[in-house]
Amino acid sequence: MSFQPVKFYQTGTFTVGNRLLAPDERSVQASSSRSNSISSGHRACQGCGEALGARYAIDAAMAESNGQLIAANATGCLEVFSTPYPESSWQVAWIHSLFGNAPAVATGIAAAMKVKGRNDVRVVAQGGDGGTTDIGFGCLSGMFERNDDVLYICYDNQAYMNTGVQRSSATPPAARTATTMAVGDHPGNVFGQGKNVPEIAMAHRIPYVATATVADLRDLEYKVRRAMQVRGARYIQIFVPCPLGWGTASHDTIRMARLAKETGFFPVFEAEYGDVSSVLKIRRKVPIEEYLQPQKRFAHLFGKHGHPEMVARLQTIADRNIRKYGLLDGEGN
Amino acid sequence: MLKQTEGSKAVAEAVALCRPEVICAYPISPQTHIVEALGEMVKAGKLTPCEFINVESEFAAMSVAIGSSAAGARSYTATASQGLLFMVEAVYNAAGLGLPIVMTVANRAIGAPINIWNDHSDALSQRDSGWMQLFAETNQEAVDLHIQAFRLAEELSMPIMVCMDGFILTHAFERVDIPSQAQVDSYLPPFDPRQVLDPAEPVSIGAMVGPEAFMEVKYLAHAKQLQALEMIPQLATEFKQTFGRDSGGLIRTYCAEDAETMIVAMGSVLGTIKDTVDEMRAEGHKIGVLGIISYRPFPLAQVRAALAGCKRFVVLEKSLAVGMGGIVATDVRMAVTGSGLKGFTAIAGLGGRSITKASLHKLFRQVEKEELQPVTFVDLDWTAVNKQLERERQIRRSGPIAENILYDKGIVSAKFG
Amino acid sequence: MFQIRVHGRGGQGVVTATEMLSVAAFAEGRHAQAFPSFGSERTGAPVVAFCRIDDKEIRLREPIMQPDALIIQDPTLLHQVDVFAGFKPDGYVLLNTRHSFAELGLGDILKQHRSERFCTLHATELGLKHVGRPIPNVPLLAGFAALSGLIKLESVIKAINEKFSGKVAEGNIAAATEAYTQVLNQMKEHVHA
Repeated sequence: MSFQPVKFYQTGTFTVGNRLLAPDERSVQASSSRSNSISSGHRACQGCGEALGARYAIDAAMAESNGQLIAANATGCLEVFSTPYPESSWQVAWIHSLFGNAPAVATGIAAAMKVKGRNDVRVVAQGGDGGTTDIGFGCLSGMFERNDDVLYICYDNQAYMNTGVQRSSATPPAARTATTMAVGDHPGNVFGQGKNVPEIAMAHRIPYVATATVADLRDLEYKVRRAMQVRGARYIQIFVPCPLGWGTASHDTIRMARLAKETGFFPVFEAEYGDVSSVLKIRRKVPIEEYLQPQKRFAHLFGKHGHPEMVARLQTIADRNIRKYGLLDGEGN
Repeated sequence: MLKQTEGSKAVAEAVALCRPEVICAYPISPQTHIVEALGEMVKAGKLTPCEFINVESEFAAMSVAIGSSAAGARSYTATASQGLLFMVEAVYNAAGLGLPIVMTVANRAIGAPINIWNDHSDALSQRDSGWMQLFAETNQEAVDLHIQAFRLAEELSMPIMVCMDGFILTHAFERVDIPSQAQVDSYLPPFDPRQVLDPAEPVSIGAMVGPEAFMEVKYLAHAKQLQALEMIPQLATEFKQTFGRDSGGLIRTYCAEDAETMIVAMGSVLGTIKDTVDEMRAEGHKIGVLGIISYRPFPLAQVRAALAGCKRFVVLEKSLAVGMGGIVATDVRMAVTGSGLKGFTAIAGLGGRSITKASLHKLFRQVEKEELQPVTFVDLDWTAVNKQLERERQIRRSGPIAENILYDKGIVSAKFG
Repeated sequence: MFQIRVHGRGGQGVVTATEMLSVAAFAEGRHAQAFPSFGSERTGAPVVAFCRIDDKEIRLREPIMQPDALIIQDPTLLHQVDVFAGFKPDGYVLLNTRHSFAELGLGDILKQHRSERFCTLHATELGLKHVGRPIPNVPLLAGFAALSGLIKLESVIKAINEKFSGKVAEGNIAAATEAYTQVLNQMKEHVHA
C-alpha cells in the first residue's frame, strides 16, 4: 500500500495545530483555562481585526504572567468597544486615561509595582496606530528610552478608525481615508516616506520588537509570550485589518492580513536590541494587486480611471521590504 | 528643625518626608530646584522606597502620575506655567478619575509673550479642573501645605495643587522649620486607595460615561470639594496639634477686626501687604487684610463673613481675565453678592512686575477714598500702552506688540524692581 | 530691618553671596531673607541680589529699593547700572577694586555720604590667592562683616562651611579672614585720615 503524504500546509493554525498537538504545544486560546481577558459582549464590528488581535495578545500575556497583568489602554476603537457604558468586557485590571498617554500611564503603573516590590505583576500598554504613531509618539519614545518594563502593543489598522477613518501616519500611500479622499490628480494618501514605528523602536535598541498579523495567530501568541519573558521596554505591532475602514468583507479579515504578509507589504519579523533576529518568510509570494483589489480604500487605483503607476509604486514598496528583511527564501539577511 | 534654606529645597524636604512612592517630573523654571533635590535624595538612597522618573514632557509627567496613583502608589510631580498647560488634558483626567496626586505649581506667567516670572495665571487657568488649589504665603507655609495636601488628597480621593510663587518663594532663602519624620508619619498615614489596579481584584478604570450618568459623576466631584471646605480647617487644626503652628486653613485675616477697608489677596504678596497695612494702621487708617489660602474649593461663606464688617474692599490679584478683569475678584464678588459692599479689582504683578510697598500705599489710599476705577492695573505704563495703541491706529503693519513695547521702553538691564 | 543689595555680573557668585549672608545672619539667631532679581541668567550679564536681616519675621517681598548697604562685586557696573539708586545717606558701600573711589569717578558720591562707611577691597585677588578662582563674593562678605559690624566673621565662616568643604572651604576661610583684616585696617585709616 502506498501512502500519499499529506502536507499540513496550515501547520500551527487553530484547526490543525491543537487537536493533534501535545497539550503544551497548543495555543493559549485552545486552553479552557484561558483568561478571556476581553470577554464576549463587546461592541466591535463584525470581522474586527483588533478585537481578534487583542483577545489573543492579552490572553497570551496573562498566560505568561500567571494572570498578574495590568493593562493601560489608549483611547480608540478597542477602548470604546470594550467599555460601552455601563459595561466592561475586561476581566483584567484595566485603565483608560487619554489618547496620547498610554505608554506614560503604563510607565507609572510599572513604577508603582516596582516600588511596592511586586515584581510578579507585569504591565501592558495598548493602542491603535493613531494613538501610537502620532499622538502618543512622544510618550512612546520616552518609555523606550527609559527602558521601562512595559510591553506596548500597537493594533495597526492604518487610520483613525473610531472617529470615522481619518488618515494617520500609519496610513499606507494611495489609501482612501476621510482626510485623504480619492479625488484629484493624486487620489488617496500621499506617497511620503512613511513612518516605520517598528524600526523606530529598534533604533531605541529596546530588548524586543516584533510585528505580527492576525493571519498567524500562533505566531502572534508566541511573540507576546516571548516578549513577556523579557524585562524592559518591548514593542509589538499587530496588523489588524478593519473591514469598515478598508471596505473589505467582514469575513476577509484574516485573509487580508495573510495577503499583506504574502505580498511583502507588511513584513513580519522579530528584533532584539536593534537587530532583526528572525523573519516570517513568505510562503507563496503574491502580487500587490491581489492584496489591494478586495479593499474599497484602494478601489480608485483600478478600473477605467485607475492608476497603474501608483499600483506599481506600491509593488516597489513590497519588493523593497522583501529585499530588506529577506522575506523570500533565497533572499539575503 | 530650623534651617535657613532655599524655598525649593525646603519643599523638596517636606515632600520627601511625606514618603512619596513615585516622583515624575519634567524640568521647567522655576520648579527645577524642587525636583532636582528630590532626584538627588532618591539617587543617594535617602528617600526610599521611591521611583524617580525623568519623563519626556509635562504631559508624560502627569500621565505617569495617573498610572502610578491608579496602581496604588503615592505620586507627586511639579510644574509651572507652560508645563501646566501642556499637561492640561491629563490634569482634567486625573481629577475626573479621582486620583490623589499632589502637584507643586511654582506659579509663573503664561506666554506668549514668554515670561519666566511670577504671577498666578497658570494655576488659575486650571481652577475648574476639579483639582484643589492651596496658595502658600511663605516658604514655611509651602512646606506645611504639602504635608496637609497629601492627607487631604488621599482622604477625598482628589488631586491637589500646592501653589507657591515662582522665584519669589521658590528661590528665596529664608528660615524654615522642617518637621521630623516622626511628626509627619503621625499626621500622614500610608496611602489607602479607594480604587486600585490590582490583578487580584480587577476593575476597569476610565470607561466612557454617557449622558445618563455624566452629570452625577461630575456632581460628585463638586460634592467632594464641598467636603474639602470642612476638611481643610480640620486638617489645619490637627496640623497645629502635631506640629505646633498655624498653617493652612481656608482663609487668614490680619488687622481685620474694625477694618473699614479690606485688602484681599493670595500668596507671597500678602507679606508686603501686611507691612503696608501696619504702616497705615500706625497712621490711623482702619485697614485690614484677607488672605485666601484655599482657592479651590473657594471658601464663599468664610470670605463673605470676613468682609461683612467692612465698607469696601479691593482684590489685589496677580491674574487677569482678559477682556473682563479679575479672576479672583469674580469669585470674591460671588461670595459677597447682595451685601452692598463696594468692591474694586486691582491687577498687579503680572509677569513678575514687583509689587512695591510704595505702590500699595498709594493704591490702598485710593481704595479708602473709593477713588478708582472698578478695575485698575497697578503701575501700568500708560505712556507705553498708548504709544502702541496709537501706532496700531496709524499703520496696519504695526509689528509684534511685545517687541514694540520693549523697544519703546529701551534697554531694561539697568532697571531692577 | 537692614537691607543689603549686591551688584555684580553673572558668574561672580552674587546670588551665593546673599544666600551665605542670610545663612550667617541665621547662625546668629536673626531672621534673614535672600533672593536674586531673577533676570535671565547669563554669564557676564548684570545681576542684582538682595538680603534683608531683621530680628523678627520678614514679610516684605519687594526688591530692595532703599539699601542700607551696597556690595559692588564688579566696578565695570558703576557707570552702566545705577547701583546707587535709593541708597540711604548713611549707608555702607564695599567695592571690589584695587583702585580708589576717586580714581573710579566716585569722589562726588563719597562727599554726599558718610565716607568712613565706604571701603574698597581687592576681593578678586583674594579669591585667586586663596581659592584659585577669581570669585570675589566670599571675601566681600567678610569685608562687609568688618565694615558694618552687622555679622561676625565667625558667622561668615559658618556659612562657608555649610556651603563648601575640604580644601575649598579652607581657602575661602583664609580669603575671608584676610579680607576682614584688610577692611578693618582700612577703617582704621579712615579714622586717622
